[in-house]
Amino acid sequence: MSNKLAIELNVNGEPHDVLATAATPLLDALRTGLGLTGSKRGCNHGVCGACTVLLDGKLARSCLTLAVDVGERPVTTIEGISQNGTLSPVQRALLDAGAIQCGFCTPGFVMALTELFAREPAPDREQIRAALSGNLCRCSGYVKIIEAAERLAAAHAGEHQ
Amino acid sequence: MTIGVSPPRLEAGDKATGRARYIDDIRLPGMLHAALVTSPHAHAKILGYRLDAARAIPGVKAIVTGEDLKGPRSGGIIKDESMIARQRVRYVGEILAAVAAVDGETARRAAEAIEITYEPLPSVLSIDAALASDAPLLHEEQANYIKTVPSGGHDNVVFESSVEEGDVERAFRECDVVVEGIWDTQAQHHLYLETNGCVADVNTAGRITLFATCQSVHHIQQRIAEELGEPMAKIRVVATRVGGGFGGKHASNIHSIAAWLARQARRPVKLTLSRMQDFEIQRSRHPARIWLKTGARRDGTILARDAKIILDGGAYTDESPAVLAFALLMVRGPYRIANARARGQVVYTNKLRAGSFRGFGNPQASFAAESQLDELAAKLDLDPVELRLKNAMRPGDTAFGGEVVRSCVLTECLTRVREAQRRAAPLPPRPDRKRGLGYAVMSHVSGLMGTAANVQLRTDGSIALATGCVDLGQGSDTVMVQICADALAVPIERVSYAPQDTDSSPYNWKTAGSRSTYMTGRAVAVATVEMRDKMLEHASEMLECAVSDLELRPGGAIGIKGVPKAIGFKEIAMRSLYQAGGPIAASHGFVFDGPGFDPKRASIHRLAFANLGVYTFGAHCVEVDVDEATGAVEVRRAWCAHDAGRAINPVSCEGQIQGGFVQGMGYALTEAMHWDDQGWLTSVTLADYKIPGVLDTPPEINAIVLEDPDPSHPVGAKGIGEPSLVGAAPAIANAICNATGARVRQLPMIPERVLDAIEWR
Repeated sequence: MSNKLAIELNVNGEPHDVLATAATPLLDALRTGLGLTGSKRGCNHGVCGACTVLLDGKLARSCLTLAVDVGERPVTTIEGISQNGTLSPVQRALLDAGAIQCGFCTPGFVMALTELFAREPAPDREQIRAALSGNLCRCSGYVKIIEAAERLAAAHAGEHQ
Repeated sequence: MTIGVSPPRLEAGDKATGRARYIDDIRLPGMLHAALVTSPHAHAKILGYRLDAARAIPGVKAIVTGEDLKGPRSGGIIKDESMIARQRVRYVGEILAAVAAVDGETARRAAEAIEITYEPLPSVLSIDAALASDAPLLHEEQANYIKTVPSGGHDNVVFESSVEEGDVERAFRECDVVVEGIWDTQAQHHLYLETNGCVADVNTAGRITLFATCQSVHHIQQRIAEELGEPMAKIRVVATRVGGGFGGKHASNIHSIAAWLARQARRPVKLTLSRMQDFEIQRSRHPARIWLKTGARRDGTILARDAKIILDGGAYTDESPAVLAFALLMVRGPYRIANARARGQVVYTNKLRAGSFRGFGNPQASFAAESQLDELAAKLDLDPVELRLKNAMRPGDTAFGGEVVRSCVLTECLTRVREAQRRAAPLPPRPDRKRGLGYAVMSHVSGLMGTAANVQLRTDGSIALATGCVDLGQGSDTVMVQICADALAVPIERVSYAPQDTDSSPYNWKTAGSRSTYMTGRAVAVATVEMRDKMLEHASEMLECAVSDLELRPGGAIGIKGVPKAIGFKEIAMRSLYQAGGPIAASHGFVFDGPGFDPKRASIHRLAFANLGVYTFGAHCVEVDVDEATGAVEVRRAWCAHDAGRAINPVSCEGQIQGGFVQGMGYALTEAMHWDDQGWLTSVTLADYKIPGVLDTPPEINAIVLEDPDPSHPVGAKGIGEPSLVGAAPAIANAICNATGARVRQLPMIPERVLDAIEWR
């Protein structure tokens, strides 16, 4: 359509040109424009958290963020979390705890936990629960997701002693 | 070796990194996008369509309406459905037309440009309205519908059924204590995080390939063939990763529409639902009204139970007859009650159709039955756990309907949760909250229908395994591989598992009914052992030694007992491919073959199935805090014991138990679909429809996995997908009553209802 603008987004450390209208959500720019389909559309209303990305290191709902508003702020998506095929500690912890079931919510949980551990390497249970309160999971009952985060926190606490 | 251990899921890495491919991640060259026109009326005659404006929009490539459909009606047990409404609409949101266009925006504009004229009809929005003597009829042509079982349907009643054992009337006269009550339950939505969707492609010869997030590729293939009037050979269905199902992706509905549009446009078509559409046009758990009466002797021996269950089936039949029949069979509870009667009806209403949902009628029945058990205990002045233990089914007892139950660990489940609760350190008291404990037990089945597995030995000695079982997230891919690898004493990395594709996967009915580990797992075990026997014969000739002197060596070899000499699977494979015997493979398929009902009796009672599966058992104990000022209920801790027969992957078993319990908590406390008086669904976003978040969920949900190997399964396993949801609501209701003395008989137990119950206690 003619009302699309070419904008530049800095995604996972690389500049990308993408076409967007004034109303295009960042989620669409990522999924359709750039083929980064790891961020999921669970509700499109900012409730479920499956579309969560990091915007300048802070959690953002990409379904409620306009692509044209992103500007120069770096965007990190789930595709930018593991480096060279190696799982991040958060991803590894979720795998090892058996915290991943259908997996549709998982990218959002990985982003929320990545942000938490970046600011607090050894969070306690209440900090973990608070950090995950913006993400919905329908399969796990959350128990093993919290277990995964607690194990990672315990490992970090051990390293610091 | 690979059974009873919990390696990370095979596909978990892809899911954790965003690589796993779900339906909306698929993009094909030249792909069109579909949009739907849905009904604004709960009940109306369709007078006509005007499509000119929509057709004139550049980029519109195909349109289908009910006028294009000429074939018979489709559906499951009673064929009353149509992929797109014809002549009449029966609920708000029912699909009336679909458009495929070059992009989603164009498709939506075209859908809005389609003009449909209606003659609104009076609607029926509740069980009472459906059964009123002057109720408008939803399906005037009901008598002519094709039915796979006799329905007993009449007026707005879709289906009627009953089961009776002993002499209920006489037994009640012998009871010292009788309790009676009515329970009401609501429509719950599955709320899988991934909304439903599919992508249809078509080749030059007109063969359709459809990608789907689904619970069975074979079921969808059959439905599309039926609705498009094509032979099944021209329809191929491939499963993507599935972002949750819970029964909501059990029966096909939207797939034929995408296939139709692709066939018409000769281009790929994507049809994915928005969250609002998913709420409006998918399915719900059946709202139910249950009247229940139970009587016992002074010593606590339960003599009689009588039940009437009415389910609100919504506008179309879907799985309703089977859900009702299962609810009737479950309402007696896992108790020795010699005199029991259960009668039920499903009614049509002008709402979204209800269908299959984790528990399948059992959550409604058990909410009433297990709540009433506590009322009976109170009236008898007995401990509710002791009353349950006194009457609990034991191995060799018969389930309601007459099936003899061989493996039964009900009493163990109950005593285990009680002991675990007693051992747990008490939580600090809260002066502004009332605290209570509640128990519930449950039985369920694991089985049903047909399934199969194929295994073959590859050139390098690794194994290719294929089944038709789609993993919805519960972990069946990994479990099937664990069962196969165990039978060959190889690490799981040596077994590959094929994605489900009707062109190559052996038949499987559905991922449903807690049946995958039990049914498909059995097929995998038997097929693998059959292939192992063929490998042993090769090895016997190669090692010049009797088969009885051979043994499997861990890691992929067969050796002579007591002697180091061995040959690897690779050498066996090579021999079979290049020297003698031909490729080594095996397959095994079967239909559930366990003890069933007397077929004549099943038919008389319209049980909708002749046999179900093996019985499984479980028990829950829940601790709650109730705020008597606000009515708010907080679940603090839960102990949930379930019989897995044998836990193939214990961590996955725990995941099923914890996840099922929390979905049951949502059912118990917050989740409800609401329709207004015009039949509009008003709870259409995740902000209106509240599922438990992490802060609503207790940090401690203690999953206790019991293992009583089932004799009918080669490795003893039974399914545990559904039962964990079943016990949550009654256990919470009983805990609320234990805390406050107030009995809540309606779900969800929102603060207003809890306050009402406190006021009336």
